[in-house]
Amino acid sequence: MFTRRAFGLAGFVLSVAGCAGSTTRETPNLGRPATQAEIAGWDISIAPDGRGLPPGSGTPSQGALVYTQKCQACHGEKGVGGPNDRLVGGQGTLASKTPVRTIGSYWPYSTTVFDYVRRAMPFAQPHSLSDSEVYAVTAYLLSLNGIIGEQDVMNAETLPKVKMPNRDNFILIHPWKPKTP
Amino acid sequence: MRSRRDDRRDNDANAAAGNGLLDRRVFLKGGAAAAGAFMAFAGSESAAAPPEIPPGMTMAGAPLSPYGSPAGFEREVTRTLIRSQPGTTGAGASRTPLEVLEGIITPSGLHFERHHNGVPTIDPAQHQLLIHGMVARPLIFTMATLARYPMESRIHFLECSGNSQLMYQPTPPTLTCGQTHGLVSCSEWTGVSLRLLLQEAGADPRADWILAEGADGAAMSRSVPMAKAKDDALLALYQNGERLRPENGYPVRLFLPGYEGNMSVKWLRRIKVTDTPTMTKDETSKYTDLQADGKSLMFTYPMEVKSIVTRPAPGLKMTGPGLYEVSGIAWSGRGKIRKVEVSADGGQTWGEAALSAPVLAYALTRFRIPWKWNGAPAVLKSRATDEAGRVQPTRDELIAQHGANVLYHYHAIQAWRVESSGEVKNVYA
Repeated sequence: MFTRRAFGLAGFVLSVAGCAGSTTRETPNLGRPATQAEIAGWDISIAPDGRGLPPGSGTPSQGALVYTQKCQACHGEKGVGGPNDRLVGGQGTLASKTPVRTIGSYWPYSTTVFDYVRRAMPFAQPHSLSDSEVYAVTAYLLSLNGIIGEQDVMNAETLPKVKMPNRDNFILIHPWKPKTP
Repeated sequence: MRSRRDDRRDNDANAAAGNGLLDRRVFLKGGAAAAGAFMAFAGSESAAAPPEIPPGMTMAGAPLSPYGSPAGFEREVTRTLIRSQPGTTGAGASRTPLEVLEGIITPSGLHFERHHNGVPTIDPAQHQLLIHGMVARPLIFTMATLARYPMESRIHFLECSGNSQLMYQPTPPTLTCGQTHGLVSCSEWTGVSLRLLLQEAGADPRADWILAEGADGAAMSRSVPMAKAKDDALLALYQNGERLRPENGYPVRLFLPGYEGNMSVKWLRRIKVTDTPTMTKDETSKYTDLQADGKSLMFTYPMEVKSIVTRPAPGLKMTGPGLYEVSGIAWSGRGKIRKVEVSADGGQTWGEAALSAPVLAYALTRFRIPWKWNGAPAVLKSRATDEAGRVQPTRDELIAQHGANVLYHYHAIQAWRVESSGEVKNVYA
């Protein structure tokens, strides 16, 4: 952990002073300290190595039930043929003239599926699914795409280990060296 | 092929390039006759002379008003091509009608929209911004406290990464200029330096990224390199002098000069300082650039150098041969515009346009050049060069390099064909 003085203003003032002369830098400092409990309530993002994933778990068959009720009207039966984004299939099409970008063919990180479904889906009622329902829908979509087995359980341990088929086909223009497998 | 010198001799001592383009100083020198007019909408001008005392001079005028709006005669000047995902009303885009605007500032009500789940209604008295993650002091800011910070005002364009996307298609879209290219707008943005707040929170020097998250139904989220966050990122509170419009992120948005629009997260509620990109949906499955070989470019942040002739352009009609001013906009996510060249002969010869002050980094720059149209079909093009020396490619060059499946970052030279009827069409030429 960091102490209050280890980072932040003290170090910053020194570095700025070098080029800004002797002016003392004052800032308003009007932010209220956030408690860990407050942060826990706000922080919904999931890192690609799985940090941030909550407790809970789900299987493809559990996810199929949620999907039928909450997702199918927009995304079609088994992720194909709905009015909105197709979620399944498309593998092998990316270099063709009609690429089909789906979770299975395109998305590089399995954690993104959980993160996105939890933050933004269903479209008309985001944040209405329980964490286990989100794990289950994620498992169902990964299973439909043939990336995990029909009996595989998705949770904070297993989901980040799922390697997406298109992971290695992204060329990072802004440098970032992944520190995780 | 005729040389530029021949064209000059044949046409006009003021020629800047072939087929009637004149030196950019012609209008300033006072040597030009009355310029031709463009018609935006179906002709409604009366041919008869107005009465010597028009009605407005014979009565009291309209009352004072608390908040002004455009003239009633301009009601057709609206955002255009408003489209949302099937079954939704707020997950899509509306576009700026570029061909009927002038200067470099987009009226706030005509700024393009791109929302991922509509516009949230946010009470500024309830809204708070959390800065946390790899910081010494996680902090929560109310909108009232943010408003007490020192502010900066800057004029910057915002362009959606998917602007001009239809130009990747094999046939040119038969749409107006704004419908094709209107996912770009330019405003004066005023707000607080993100750098300052990151300093107050004590961002860990080992943290290379931040995550920015919005308070909309999509909880729109993007990772931003810490270098950009500490360089010129702004927490914008004001747009063109008034508080942000709801559709532009009220009460606070992130603004990243020069970067693709969706990274300037609206309705900003949270900034998490991180050691890695979060790999959100909108930086992986969307807003990555699929190349012809099936690989994708990721984190392509700056919008590349680009220009569009906005007058004449599809949506406007020329009103007969004569002298016109060709007018357009140029911009670059890599700094200032250095030069804009215009061609009236399909790119055989080019004349340098005048750049109207101010010419600002990461802002629209207005360019103009006089053109004596002889009434014959002609192909107009503009080609911008930025201060980094980057030049707009042709469409063929862009597609040869990246393929036609990219969807994003289209910035090739645009060709407009002026027909002898005065109609203006989008062509691949």
